[in-house]
Amino acid sequence: MTAMVSLRDVSKVFEGSSGPVRAVDGVTLDIERGDVFGVIGYSGAGKSTLVRLINALETPTSGQVVVDGTDLTGLKERGLRPARAGIGFIFQQFNLLRSRTVAANVAYPLRVAKWPRDKRRARVAELLEFVGLTDKAKQYPDQLSGGQKQRVGIARALATSPALLLADEATSALDPETTKDVLDLLRRINDELGVTIVVITHEMSVVSYLCNRVAVMEHGKVVESGDVYDVFARPQQAVTRRFIGAALHDRPRPDIVERLRARHPGRIVTVAVQEVPGVPGVSITERLAAHGVEGTVVYGGITEVGARPLGSLTFALTGTDAAVEALLADLRQHTEVVDHTEVAA
Amino acid sequence: MNSNGVSLWPELWQALGETLQMAVAALAIGGLAGLVLGIALYVTRAGNILANRPVFLVLNVLVNIVRPIPFIIFITAVRPLTQALTSASYGVEAAIPALAIMATFATSRIVEQNLVALDPGVVEAARAMGAGPLRIIVTVIVPETLGPLILGFTFLFVGIVDMTAVAGAIGAGGLGDFAIVYGYQRFNDVVTWTAVAVIVIMVQLAQFLGNFLARRVLRR
Repeated sequence: MTAMVSLRDVSKVFEGSSGPVRAVDGVTLDIERGDVFGVIGYSGAGKSTLVRLINALETPTSGQVVVDGTDLTGLKERGLRPARAGIGFIFQQFNLLRSRTVAANVAYPLRVAKWPRDKRRARVAELLEFVGLTDKAKQYPDQLSGGQKQRVGIARALATSPALLLADEATSALDPETTKDVLDLLRRINDELGVTIVVITHEMSVVSYLCNRVAVMEHGKVVESGDVYDVFARPQQAVTRRFIGAALHDRPRPDIVERLRARHPGRIVTVAVQEVPGVPGVSITERLAAHGVEGTVVYGGITEVGARPLGSLTFALTGTDAAVEALLADLRQHTEVVDHTEVAA
Repeated sequence: MNSNGVSLWPELWQALGETLQMAVAALAIGGLAGLVLGIALYVTRAGNILANRPVFLVLNVLVNIVRPIPFIIFITAVRPLTQALTSASYGVEAAIPALAIMATFATSRIVEQNLVALDPGVVEAARAMGAGPLRIIVTVIVPETLGPLILGFTFLFVGIVDMTAVAGAIGAGGLGDFAIVYGYQRFNDVVTWTAVAVIVIMVQLAQFLGNFLARRVLRR
């Protein structure tokens, strides 16, 4: 099976007022069928342009875009329309038609695809049922909450049964509770309908909750990509670490280390908590006891990424120098250890 | 309201009829043509669905040239065209082409301004669903801006009534003509103010209707 989305050295250059801007710069990426693929980056990183290259709302300046076996690069505007119609798209600001009812909004792509009226009706009813908005069919978008609007947007995007769904900051305009509902709905779409989903976001929580694979973007380039857990457990790039730090707040900043040191006797040491498949975990408390070292948890955070734990704990360790050194050497064989005493010295 | 002992009410009603005839014809023709021209200005703008710099520039310059021409000069300047179209050089019929042309250009700007305020996101959404430009214009751009457009057309109707009075001054009849011939030239302020009152009432009714329709469309 070929990849659902295949980008080969894709660049998009916009003519800005102060010269050309490379919004997307030489991106090569494969998104496999069934993936929930996250594209994470700060605003201006080029992720919105990237997703618009995938559904051909933008045409690349160079490079090749192949979606579901169709090379979009060679197609003219007229040929791109059916390709776009076969890809669902949901927007941060929902972009519903305010002059039409919920049902008419969901029916819109079916009208474009020239479905007959009775089939259209049946499909709209089915979709509204799926997103739980059957009772809102005759209402107008202005009468709905943000979460309901986004569910209408999702129903509309799914109308023509696309194999690929693109979500551009789909939850960024929603409160945390509603965000979770929408993410759960996206997960259901992936699980039950087998739709491949590409999620554009600036929030690591969205990626860690929903995605199995991730690409990190910065200045138009994909700087890091792969399995979500691998990328977040062993980030190679500073920008990736910033996303993790912003989401997890697990590692003490230098000023916090200073305060910890003033407050607690002993060595301040951060131990990464992560799970490597096939490798049995190590109990930190057991190691502490084995080496005769006392440890107090003074800082840290652990979350789940792709249903596996990820984070770190910071200890104040007291014991003989030799015992503490032996403990650290032992732990270093299993996980990442940061000794803040060393860093300071 | 008399002049030399003769009641002017029949003349007033006839003048009102002429004004309405001119205004409605100009609004219908100019409104439709202006809608098309306004949409053309909007969709050919940079970054829009039919972005086309040469076409946009030509249309834009054309509108900018015609619109500032004072109507009293414009109506005389297009007299050859009027004669060719209507084979009349005075009267209600002769005034309509000039009114309709001016209304077209005035409408186009009002339409363009309302369309520019449309959230580009909904147009992008329609594109993402595979809709072509014509479909987007008919099913997204016009319906989504219908409320403001109706208010724009109402505003335009008032402007057209103003223009009909100018047309009246050069022989088209209507309330403007009535006010000048029976009021101004005979120093009869009662006649002038009666004509003014009729115009004000007409405009108020148009505004009321426009607001009502816009409210219905906007469901407020």
